[in-house]
Parts: sequence; C-alpha cells; structure tokens
Amino acid sequence: MEMLHSILVAPFADMAEAPDFFLQVVWEGLVSGVLYALIALGFVLIYKSSRIFNFAQGIMVVFAALTLVGLHENGVPALLAVPLTLVVMFFLAVGIERVVLRPLVNQPDIILFMATIGITLFLIGLGETIFGGANKIMITEQLGIPTGSWVLEPFGGFVSIEQRDMTAVVGAVLLVIALLLFLNKSKMGRAIRALGDDHQAALSVGISLSTIWVLVWFISGIIALATGIVWGARAGVSFALEVIALKALPVLMLGGLESVTGAIVGGLAIGILEKVFEIYWGQPLLGGNTEAWFAYMLALLVLLVRPQGLFGEKIIERV
Amino acid sequence: MFYRIAGQYKTSYHTDYALFPVKQDAWLLALILLFAFVVFPLTASDFMFRALLIPVLIYALAALGLNILTGYAGQLSLGTGAFMGVGAYACYKLITIFPDLNIIVAIALSGFFSAAAGVAFGLPSLRIKGFYLAIATLAAQFFLLWLFQKWAWLYNYNASGAIQVPNMQLFGVTVAGAQAPVLAQYFFVLIVVCVITMFAVNITRGRIGRTWKAVRDMDIAAELVGINLMKAKLSAFFVSSYIVGIAGALFVFMWRGAAEADLFDIQLSFRVLFIAIIGGLGSILGNYLGALLIVALPVLIGTVPAAFGLPISSAMVEHLNTMIIGALIIGFLIIEPHGLARFWALIREKLIIWPFPH
Repeated sequence: MEMLHSILVAPFADMAEAPDFFLQVVWEGLVSGVLYALIALGFVLIYKSSRIFNFAQGIMVVFAALTLVGLHENGVPALLAVPLTLVVMFFLAVGIERVVLRPLVNQPDIILFMATIGITLFLIGLGETIFGGANKIMITEQLGIPTGSWVLEPFGGFVSIEQRDMTAVVGAVLLVIALLLFLNKSKMGRAIRALGDDHQAALSVGISLSTIWVLVWFISGIIALATGIVWGARAGVSFALEVIALKALPVLMLGGLESVTGAIVGGLAIGILEKVFEIYWGQPLLGGNTEAWFAYMLALLVLLVRPQGLFGEKIIERV
Repeated sequence: MFYRIAGQYKTSYHTDYALFPVKQDAWLLALILLFAFVVFPLTASDFMFRALLIPVLIYALAALGLNILTGYAGQLSLGTGAFMGVGAYACYKLITIFPDLNIIVAIALSGFFSAAAGVAFGLPSLRIKGFYLAIATLAAQFFLLWLFQKWAWLYNYNASGAIQVPNMQLFGVTVAGAQAPVLAQYFFVLIVVCVITMFAVNITRGRIGRTWKAVRDMDIAAELVGINLMKAKLSAFFVSSYIVGIAGALFVFMWRGAAEADLFDIQLSFRVLFIAIIGGLGSILGNYLGALLIVALPVLIGTVPAAFGLPISSAMVEHLNTMIIGALIIGFLIIEPHGLARFWALIREKLIIWPFPH
C-alpha cells in the first residue's frame, strides 16, 4: 500500500506542491528534447533518402563542434569559423559518399549500418589525432549567443531560463522550418523525397543518386554543427557528446524512422518525460540515473503497440 | 591442390550430409586443434596467452552466440555486452552463494540466467523487426548495465562496486583467480569453446537450425509453411544468450579477473558485432577469423611504432588505432561484405579445382 502510494500518489503531490519546480524540470527536459530531436532529424534525413541507418550522426556532431572550436583556437575569427566548418562538413559528406557509400550501394542494410559504425570509429580516431582528446569549451560568446538568464515568477515561485537554452530552442525551430520548406518546396527537396519513395523510379527520371546522397549528408552535417554548438554551450565539447547520439535512437523508434514530424515530437516527448521520470520517480525510488534507459523502455512499450513508431510508414509485407 | 576431392565418392545421402563431406576439411581441423592443444601451450609466452589466445577464444565464443541470433535467425541484436554481463554476474553470485560449487557447473548454470534475460528481451521480436528490434535490444543493454551499477546485491555490496574473482580449483588445479596459472586458464577456455562450437555446428545443421534459417530468409513465408515463429525466434534468443552468457562468465573468470559494470558497455556489444560481421554472418568459422582480426590487430598495431623506433606517444597510438580499425572495417565491408568466412570458402573452391580455372 505504501509502495503504491509512493509510486502513484506521492510524485503527483510533489508536482502540485511546487509547480514552479515542475515547470523548471519540464523546461530542462524540453531543451534536451530539442537536442535529441535535432540529432534524430539528421538520422531521419539520411534514412529517408537512402535507407541507411546512420550511426555516425553523433560523431558528426562532435566532429563539427571540434572543428569549429579548433579553428577558433588557431586564430580564425568565430564568425568565419562557422562557414569554414561547413566547408569541412561538405568535404566530409563528399568523402563519405565517394569512399564508403558508393562501393556499398545495394548491400543489405546491416552492412551499411556497420559501415557507418566504421565511419564513427574512424572519425573518433581522426578527431582525437587532430584536436587531442581533451575537453574543450564551446565559443559561445564569440558567436554572439547570449549567456545570461531570465527569471520568471509563475505561481509566486521561481523558474530560471538560460538565454542560451532559449537561443537553442529558437534556433532549432528556425532550422526545422527551413528544412521543411527546403524538403517540400524546392526542387532538390522534392528529389530527396522522391528518392526516399522509390530509388529506381527516381533514378529513371534522372535524379542523380550520388548528388542527392552528398546533399543529405551535407544537410545532416549542418544539423550536426547546429546541435554541436548548442549542446557544446551547455556541456562543453568532448567525445562524451557522442553518447547523446545513442539517445536519439529511442526518439527515432518512438517517432518512426521515416518521419520528420516523428523525430520532433518524439524528441520533445522523450526529453520531457525522461526528466520528469528521473526527478519524481527515478531519484526517490530507483536510486537515480534512470535517464540511461528510460527512453529505451518507453520506446519499447510504444513499439509493442505500434511496431512502426508513432508516425512511421505502415509496414506492409508481402510474401 | 591440397584439396583434391577426386576419389572421394559419396554413395549415399548420409555421406553427402556428413559433418566433413571432404576428407581434407577434417585433416585441416585436426591440424588446427593440434596447434591449439599442443604447439601453442609448448611455445607461447604468458603475454601471448593473456593478450592474444585467451581473448580471441572468448570473443569468438561471444560472437558465435551473437551469430546464431543474427546470422542464423536474422534478429539483429545490440545488447550482447549486457548479456555477457548477466552471465558474469550470475556466475559470480552462484560462486559466492555456493562456495563449494564446481566451476564448470557454475559457468554452465550462469548461462541459463543470461538465456532467461535474452528470452525476456527477445519477446518484442515477435512484433518488432529489423532496426526497430536492434534499438529495442539497446533497451536491454542500457537497462541491464544500469542494474549492474545500482543493484548492490549483485556485487555483494563491495565498496568498489566491482566483482573480484576468488581463487577456484578444478581437479586440484587453480583455474580462476589471481593465482591461477595462465596455461590452466587457456586449456579451460579452449575445452569449453571446443565443446560449445561442436554443439553450435550441429544445432545449426539440424532441424532447429533450418527453421532459424527459414525465419531469417523470410519470416512470413516460414510461418506459412508451418514453422512456429514464436518458438523459432525465442529458441534462437535462448541458445544465443546462453552461449553469450557463458562467454561473459569466461570473460571475467578466465581473463579479466575482476569486472565493473562499465566493462559490459555498448562498446563491447559493438566489438562482438564487428567480429561476427567481419567474420561472416551465418558461419561458425567466421567468428574465429573475425576475433583473430579484431583482437590481434590492435595488439600488432600497438607494437609497430615501437618496432620502427618512432617517437609516438601511447595516447597517439590509441587514437591512430581507433582510426585504422574504423578504416579497416569499412575496407573489409567493401571488399567482401559476406565476411572472412566467404574468403576462405572462395580459396577452398579454388584449391579444389586447381590448376584449372573452372
């Protein structure tokens, strides 16, 4: 009885008692949710257009952030370092397409998946060789991102909102709008979606596979850079960032592998729910650190009901 | 050339399906076993055993378990590391609760714990497929790892949070713990690996193995011809996790000597998956070739700069190592996506028809 009370009643009583703290927790969850959604977006883009499950998205985030900070450390002004990093990400996309993807066209999914893990290892080694394994500080101020914080007082309480988190949220929203416009309105965007629908039909109307692949990997690179900047501003730039890529996987499962909407909704849902669960259930009852697995378990439960995720394409199988 | 099969007639169905349809295969195996049981123990140094031979065998065993699930039954799993952990922690608990338990019995029993965990996390496979399932097995990986850290009963409330292998004897010889001679551990691992490999070869050749392959190739079609999907998938999870659990117990008891929860993290899962894929999915031999490559390569690369007298720091060696392994994985996938086992099959084919090209 007491146990049921502590699971079913006490957490909600806590929430009602301190609504300002609850809002703070939700806000924190929302910010990490935005970052999960951004990484998941990079996954979805590549999966949609090439059916490649891109495990390297996480390391691309780290690599982009490291390149940016590394360039700045070597005397490049911050605002010039951003376009230079984009150039590096472009060449990375071209390199990956040329060296890895082109020879592996038409191989089974798992082989391509393993190849992206190979890319991950390679980039980890490369990044460590060039920039060293040490933790770096993101050049937040030099990029013009405000670092102060606002204090709101709802319900007579106290909620603090960091301005850089607000910047991250606004930036992510703008990025997603730009991406959706690009995918839905531009010619290239339509080509990407056509390729996702049917490879051979797209090829037969003259859409170039390799151009599109370079393009989607480059867009993923841009998203990676944006993710790297905002996450790096919160937690510093190090290879530990790579583990947040693993956090994006349950987001994908929850939202569905092919759906941009799914990535965003799933990311926000997981970000908020895992924070709330950790604070109100995990720490008092389970000894904390439940964020490591909560997202996966949640996604697993959702998948048992909807095997293609919340927004994924319905899987139709024929014999 | 050495593989001339002229004169080896197969006069019955039975001989066609024998374990060694070609006599030379049996001789080759005998030669390898001769090396493993006689030549290596006589010649190899302690470093060779510790850094090369024992880990290769244990990793190969883990990959064999994974290969049964992924290569034969077609269910992609990324939770191998955690299932190895279940085996290791179960073995540790069994031995500390029943100190008189024979170590062979303890290891054999600990496999059942990881098999149970495997079946529990395999249940979603009845509804989820492909990459969705792979991510679902990640739930096992992260949840179990968290459990190893938080559930203090598992490591007997040690302050360090690590499990320490006690000294254990078998037939009067110490085989586990700090005082165990490396040769005894090597033989223990070798014998266990041989027995399980023999079991795996036969189970994949037989009726159960054929149902797994049918499920792998197309599960709906398999269901239509009367295969019970649930039984086939869960039995694959059971057998696979059992072998993986035993590999995990050996990993800690015969090699590392002590373990923390972090040892069984996702990197371990990926390493085992690399071995299975580079070796060749759906082959038994491939696991050994893959393990040889993935385990031996870093050791070799580590010695190269020193041999040339290059002034490279050990951190740099490690970074380069990661990079080279990543590149090699991509390279091997491009050259032969079906793995090293296919390489060997091609060479064997060529040897059989040599000197003729066709």
